[in-house]
Amino acid sequence: MSQLAELAAKAKAQLDAHTYENVQWHFHESTGSPFWLEKAKTYKFDPRKEVKCFDDLKKFPHFEDEWLRGGPISRWIPKGLAGKPAYVFETGGTTGIPKSRMVIEDHWIDYENFSDTLPDEYFPRGANWLMLGPSGPRRLRLAVEHLAQYRGGICFCVDLDPRWVVKLLKKGKIKEAEDYKDHVIDQAVTILSANHNIQCAFMTPKLLEALAMRLLDDGTSIAESGIKGIFAGGTEFTPQWYRTCREELLGPDVYITPTYGNTLMGLACGKPYDPADNYKITYYAPQPRAVIETVEFKDYNQVVGYGQTGRVKLYTMTKELFIPGFMERDEGERELPHEKFPWDGISGTRPFHEYAKTTTVGVY
Amino acid sequence: MFDIPILRFGQTYESMEKQAVVHFDTGEPVAQLHQATGAMVKLDLKKSQKARDALRAVPIAKLIDICKAAARMYLEETLPCGNGSLTPAEFCRLQSATTGLPENMCSANMRKNAFVLGHMDEVLDALTRGLPYEVLEKGYGKESRGVMVSYQATTPVFGMVLPNNSPGVHTLWLPAIPMQIGLCIKPGSQEFWTPYRITEAFFKAGLPREAISVYPGGHDVGGAVMTDCQRAMIFGGQTTVDQHAGNPKISVHGPGFSKVILGDDVVDRWEDYLDLMVDSVFANSGRSCINASGIWASRHTREIADAIAQRLGPVVPLPPNDPKSSLAAFTTPGAAEAMNAQIDEGCQADGVTEMTAKYRNGPRLEKRERCDYLRPTVIHCTGPDVPLANTEYMFPFVSVVECPQNKMIAQIKQTLVGTALTDDAKFKQQLLDATNIDRLNIGPVKTVQLNWLQPHEGNIVDFLFRNRAFQDTPPVAH
Repeated sequence: MSQLAELAAKAKAQLDAHTYENVQWHFHESTGSPFWLEKAKTYKFDPRKEVKCFDDLKKFPHFEDEWLRGGPISRWIPKGLAGKPAYVFETGGTTGIPKSRMVIEDHWIDYENFSDTLPDEYFPRGANWLMLGPSGPRRLRLAVEHLAQYRGGICFCVDLDPRWVVKLLKKGKIKEAEDYKDHVIDQAVTILSANHNIQCAFMTPKLLEALAMRLLDDGTSIAESGIKGIFAGGTEFTPQWYRTCREELLGPDVYITPTYGNTLMGLACGKPYDPADNYKITYYAPQPRAVIETVEFKDYNQVVGYGQTGRVKLYTMTKELFIPGFMERDEGERELPHEKFPWDGISGTRPFHEYAKTTTVGVY
Repeated sequence: MFDIPILRFGQTYESMEKQAVVHFDTGEPVAQLHQATGAMVKLDLKKSQKARDALRAVPIAKLIDICKAAARMYLEETLPCGNGSLTPAEFCRLQSATTGLPENMCSANMRKNAFVLGHMDEVLDALTRGLPYEVLEKGYGKESRGVMVSYQATTPVFGMVLPNNSPGVHTLWLPAIPMQIGLCIKPGSQEFWTPYRITEAFFKAGLPREAISVYPGGHDVGGAVMTDCQRAMIFGGQTTVDQHAGNPKISVHGPGFSKVILGDDVVDRWEDYLDLMVDSVFANSGRSCINASGIWASRHTREIADAIAQRLGPVVPLPPNDPKSSLAAFTTPGAAEAMNAQIDEGCQADGVTEMTAKYRNGPRLEKRERCDYLRPTVIHCTGPDVPLANTEYMFPFVSVVECPQNKMIAQIKQTLVGTALTDDAKFKQQLLDATNIDRLNIGPVKTVQLNWLQPHEGNIVDFLFRNRAFQDTPPVAH
């Protein structure tokens, strides 16, 4: 057995054990959340008895994110964590009741794990951060702030309401949306000009572009502003966009790394940059806390072959949240395990083709 | 299969993202089109002055010579296309293959574009109203009557988000080049052929390569062209028109709602104009904004509609390489079906009658495996307020509307090309005064018979240049 195969087998065993442990926690009367304890009553199987490994999660019906809409939010708090300070993070919400997720410490843990993947050379410990992304009831804002703090820095943030941007775009108010983007970039430029030793940043791809363009117009650049490392995420982070960033927008002195994630899953890391990959972007979920599968379009319980295209299926298993298979709004190609991440990855993530035409992409 | 890279102000760029372009009917891959990104466009536009500088190094008279040479090459020669080359016949075959437009129409549109390029001196003379080239070259100078004038370029490059519907639209931007304004083109995803071929013809004729960019790509590319070019043109539906209305940086081209109007003085002789009406509706498969979508008269409307229906109703789709092929395919899934459903719904209303149904021998909508066809449709409307009275679709579709002459001008609403058949002096004056008609033809001119010496939806010279005051000596004492 090759070294990678050994690592993959070990990771699989760890995932099976983690799955068992989590199912025991979430479905035990003394530790589980009211939501899952109630849900279990509707199942024809006993999760605590019949889920012994990761593959057994397929016994659960798919998680429906509509369940996250509306309250009471407390139904998601596992009894085993009752009394701990809790956050609520929202997704969507341009119209109607947003989907919300209860979080206690997951966002800290996820970003501490992510921190371990960042090269200190480009994300110096002790340096300050710029969070150029959404504010408000978003996980990202607090998570990036915690990341900065975890690495010994302080995070500077901007005010950005992505729901307003989506509303403007849906009304065809392109000029107003551009003005709003300028307003956000004004804030970023002001922070960067104020001598705060900012060397690291999170940016959405659109805002990274806008900031880089503004600085170019001002006769300077992101590199000259002092930023050395950026992580960015989303399906707009395509190989070509990656290449344009590295070759033209940022230059050789600024490191950029792609991430993929959402409020439910946490953060999947990009495979470290390798010129041999020719800018192909492959993500690996933070197993065993979260798992990404690439599944057949017509059978969401069937994983596609390596290199084949399928829809993204997410699993989250932490003490705070249990998601036994959620169909994400993206698709991509299944990738082989990597030594650093010895489990399946996914590349070419893009909006699921059946939804792509109706998705409005704002600045976030 | 043609592999067609991005052109970044003369430099070819191979993208990592390529879009397969397939034959509309067979699904066979025809080309792969490299995809640009919005960031790429924005970065390049920061250096767009270089495009204008390169063009300003060439006198306008020389640029006109280049246009004329390019016209001939575009029409007659084998020219590079990505990793291959195309003869004119191959060009038409491939353009037809990806757009669904019959080859004979591709060829006709080629001749149209070549005509404008080949007559660029006359076009420029007409659009600038005889301005000496020196005025555009230097930015100021004296007209032949001795008056000092100044024309200041409003942008170093002319941005454009181009459509797929008809290759004839490219005539609109061609005069920018001899006016020493560079081009930043986002071509249509199916009709990228013409911008690339004209560009290659320009280069072969000696145009500086730095003058032109061609960025195939998605919405972010279009967005970047629109926001970062100081002047840009866009083609789209009514939503696009409404979105950009009133923006002086953007020239928006939407549905034409072009019409033929028969005055009371000639309407009893309507049969004399039947060919004119049929051709206005039917030419170029009714795909253009200059095709008539309305025929308005105060009487005989049912007979007019019936006569046109007799001519157009039996027309059937033919293979795209058939010289008699006159209907273009709809290549966007669901588009033809949606239009067909709208028309069927409109026909349910009182006062609306489809006149073609009885001459068609089959349904309006012909569905194929990979494309659809809509067969010509003539509607009779008893008044201007009934559904479908002022509607435009991208196929031979026309509403023949009964309306008193004294209410006609107000009721036709916005009209790109209005052909008025009348000798009534009062009516003619009212038509001349009507600001809702853009291109006015008074007399037997088909709506599709454009004279390229006339401005189209605004004068491109006024869009790309600002006529401002300039003095180099004090005025006479006063």
